[in-house]
Amino acid sequence: MTAFLHMLPFAPIDAVLVVPGIAALILTLIPQYRLGARVNMLASGLTFLFALTLLIERPDPTVSFLFVDDLNVVFIVLGTFVGFTTSIFSASYIGHEIEVGRLKPGYIRFYHGMYQALSFSMNLGLTANNIGLMWVAVELATLTTVLMVGLYRTQAALEAAWKYFILGSVGIALALFGTILIYMAARPVIGEGNDAMVWTTLIANAAAFSPELLNVAFVFLMLGYGTKVGLAPLHAWLPDAHAEGPTPISAVLSGLLLNVALYALLRFKMLLAANPYAVAPGPLLVTLGLVSLIFAALMLYLRRDIKRLFAYSSIEHMGLIAFAFGMGGPLANFAGLLHMTMHSLTKSAIFFAVGQVAQVKGTQKIADIRGLTESHPTLGWSLVVGVAAIAGLPPMGIFTSEFLLVSSTFARQPLLAIPLVAGLLLAFGALIWRLTGIAFGKPSPSIVDAGRRPSMLPLIIHLALVLIAGLYLPGPLVAWFQNVARMLG
Amino acid sequence: MGLILAILVQGIQMVLVLALAPGLVGFTRKVKARLLRRQGPSILQPYRDLLRLVRKEAVLADNASWLFRNAPYLIFATTWVAAALVPTFAAGLHFSWAADFIAITALLGSARFFLALAGMDIGTSFGGIGSSREMLFATLAEPAMIMIVFTVALVAGSTQLSTIAAFMVNHSTLRVSLGLALIGLIIVALTENARVPVDNPATHLELTMVHEAMVLEYSGRHLAVIELAAALKLLLYISLIACIFTPWGMARQDEGLVDMALGVVTWIGKLAVGGFLMVVFETAIAKMRVFRVPEFVGGALMLGFLGTLLLFVSRSF
Amino acid sequence: MERFSLDAAHLLAGGMVLVSFMMLYQNRILGLLNVFAAHAVVLSLSVAWQAYIQSAPHLFVTAAIALVLKAIIIPVALHHMVVRLGVHRDIETVGGIGPTMLMGIGLVALSMVVMLPAAAEADPIAREDLALALSVILLGLLMMVTRQNAISQIVGFMSLENGLVLAATGARGMPLVVEISVAFSVLVAFIVIGVFLFRIRERFDTIDTQALDDFREDRE
Repeated sequence: MTAFLHMLPFAPIDAVLVVPGIAALILTLIPQYRLGARVNMLASGLTFLFALTLLIERPDPTVSFLFVDDLNVVFIVLGTFVGFTTSIFSASYIGHEIEVGRLKPGYIRFYHGMYQALSFSMNLGLTANNIGLMWVAVELATLTTVLMVGLYRTQAALEAAWKYFILGSVGIALALFGTILIYMAARPVIGEGNDAMVWTTLIANAAAFSPELLNVAFVFLMLGYGTKVGLAPLHAWLPDAHAEGPTPISAVLSGLLLNVALYALLRFKMLLAANPYAVAPGPLLVTLGLVSLIFAALMLYLRRDIKRLFAYSSIEHMGLIAFAFGMGGPLANFAGLLHMTMHSLTKSAIFFAVGQVAQVKGTQKIADIRGLTESHPTLGWSLVVGVAAIAGLPPMGIFTSEFLLVSSTFARQPLLAIPLVAGLLLAFGALIWRLTGIAFGKPSPSIVDAGRRPSMLPLIIHLALVLIAGLYLPGPLVAWFQNVARMLG
Repeated sequence: MGLILAILVQGIQMVLVLALAPGLVGFTRKVKARLLRRQGPSILQPYRDLLRLVRKEAVLADNASWLFRNAPYLIFATTWVAAALVPTFAAGLHFSWAADFIAITALLGSARFFLALAGMDIGTSFGGIGSSREMLFATLAEPAMIMIVFTVALVAGSTQLSTIAAFMVNHSTLRVSLGLALIGLIIVALTENARVPVDNPATHLELTMVHEAMVLEYSGRHLAVIELAAALKLLLYISLIACIFTPWGMARQDEGLVDMALGVVTWIGKLAVGGFLMVVFETAIAKMRVFRVPEFVGGALMLGFLGTLLLFVSRSF
Repeated sequence: MERFSLDAAHLLAGGMVLVSFMMLYQNRILGLLNVFAAHAVVLSLSVAWQAYIQSAPHLFVTAAIALVLKAIIIPVALHHMVVRLGVHRDIETVGGIGPTMLMGIGLVALSMVVMLPAAAEADPIAREDLALALSVILLGLLMMVTRQNAISQIVGFMSLENGLVLAATGARGMPLVVEISVAFSVLVAFIVIGVFLFRIRERFDTIDTQALDDFREDRE
């Protein structure tokens, strides 16, 4: 296998970037929908395959701008996988949107091109060995998603895109300031120029940096990247962006972009943890995580739009993940990593289902969606399974990670476990209550379906993976997560 | 001999200041007229105006009180003392120990107080408008002035003007807080002297007047004295800005008569330049609405705050 | 000379803070655009001075880009847009100009208190430049928060970016990011101007974001 890889003219890690980049350029030239969708799927599939090879062989970090270690290989594989399945979903979903008239055919090239550009920027952000380059990639990802959220050009979509743009840009600006401060802390130790921004060099010398400067830098980075993760109270853009953009974008936002921002935060948390005099970043993350959890759980009861409901669920889960990483220690970190993976898969699956529900019922209002299991059995039951998963019912994977987290918290900080469990129960209640309304009971009128149905395949694959993970985690995967948990400190 | 000479030089400064003030006003009017492509009155015209006013009878309203009759002299006295104390051609003159920046602010404040009272004394509505507007601006201009004083004092280490001037000559450097103080002081100067954009000194419309409205009832010798006081105030502010921010050319303490003569020449030059710049600025800008002026002067207060804040936080600002 | 270069750098950075306050003070859009152009001019002077004292010639390019783009092209483009769209010439503020300026002073004080002790080990030019740059950033943020007009929010955001460029040039030897941030401000400016203002205008008759707020999710 490795011999085959060596025969290729380029390294797999470069391929993970080059393939989406070239595909983006090609797709801006393809105005037909079917051809464009196929090229999109092909490109995403190729990217995923190249990402898988990174599991086997990794590049030498001192040579290039990019690097792969245990932490980001998880994110890359997960990200490219979800990108691939979403492209499959998008291929059939967008066709229906065009038929209905929500999306004008002229925007196809733009949509596909931006999709691959987003994939490119996310991969760049995950693999960058230079904190400046990572920032650039996250900003590029923000910009592409802003443009895509406003795709439908309705009043609500424009407002959502504007809000997202303003809040996202402010967050990015604060993150840049934090990055500059990290450079200022590193410069006396490492010297001027590019070296003081290279991640592998930074983490090696972190113990010698000025702790006050690191503290201030982390606050800015947390505010900046935290906005992109969607932690309350910086979350204001998230529900609108999810609700008004096309569903594949909602899936990608929840499943991938939030993870990339969280990854950036984790990198800087590692940097701070390596310096013994800097303030412990844990309590800050724990506080923000708990606030997000409780806030989102309460808001779940008030939502009347189905996509907004699940957007707040994303905020809740991001809060949980931040809480887990803030707690630190091998068990909590493991729980956080597992939860992140499971959440990506489950949330994107839910958005696949929700997108189809919105199409067949013609509305996103929960009050108008009733009795899905009777009118559309496959769709209805998949949604039931998905929501059960995200609410944390066994035997799905999210239950495992939540259980690990709660037990770890009980063992170390019993007082914190109280709000944690309260938040989880609140969210559970809200989701199940809404689910019974949506899925059961007398069916509400649906649009007589005259077009093609989006493929259920990605949805089923994701849910199957989550179920398998809940029942049995393969040994190498466990060992790998434990390794990363140790790295995170 | 030394003492008599010192007192003589101080007296010369007092007289020089008084003598040049109307000339400065005439100069500014001439320059403004030329900029507006008119011929304009001669530079000596204000002297003639003062002479004419002094020879006329002072007409008083029936209900004018003792305050109305005496206010012009009080105003003139305080303004002249303040103007005479500001170092013009030489620092460290005999009475320079009294030339404290805060004291000068207080003297000008008392002058304004009497003027405002005099404006309200007769009971006409225009006098009332003028006084209330003047006080509105003063509410912000005085704190701004004090903050500027603090900023400059923190840099120079003293509030005494001669010491400040000496410090600025020895340590000429660009500093952020001094830049902020300069702009703040210019704004305050424009406000106090009732120049555009705060108030139009040449307006005939009572509704747009501030300073002119307060002195509307005065005539004859009273008006002459008040006009002279206003001219002194203008001279004072320009000399103040020149002394603090461009102190070069000033004769230092205990230097000879030649240096002092040179100081006089430079001082007159600075007055001319200051007057010219002020007139150019006036011609280029329009008068503000009255309710926008507090924001304008509030800006000067902010600048003073900012300058002081920066200095408190770090000595190198 | 050492002292003079330090003072000049501080003067230019302080000048940027001053111009940020002037931007908060404006109550007409066209005046705001002119002051924003002045902000960019002071920025380019500051960057050029840093390029001179750090002997970093690539920063001269940054200064030139800031001058041409942010001081000339973008204000002129926004000016045309305001005139052509016929939008409100006044800027509606949340809370009045006086309180806004006071909050601005508070933010400057905050940034001094935060940055100066934290960067105590760095060299003096960089330390105070960072504090002043953070002030400019926070003032830009204040402007975005207290304005209801989309154009003034954009101007606030771009002044925030100017503050970032100031911080990045103050950090001696920082690679790439200066050019990249300039490139991104180009991108952002064009995206914003081109896509949103015309689309928003197409949909509504005003670019008052208060009107856009009618679609806040709480009322659905």
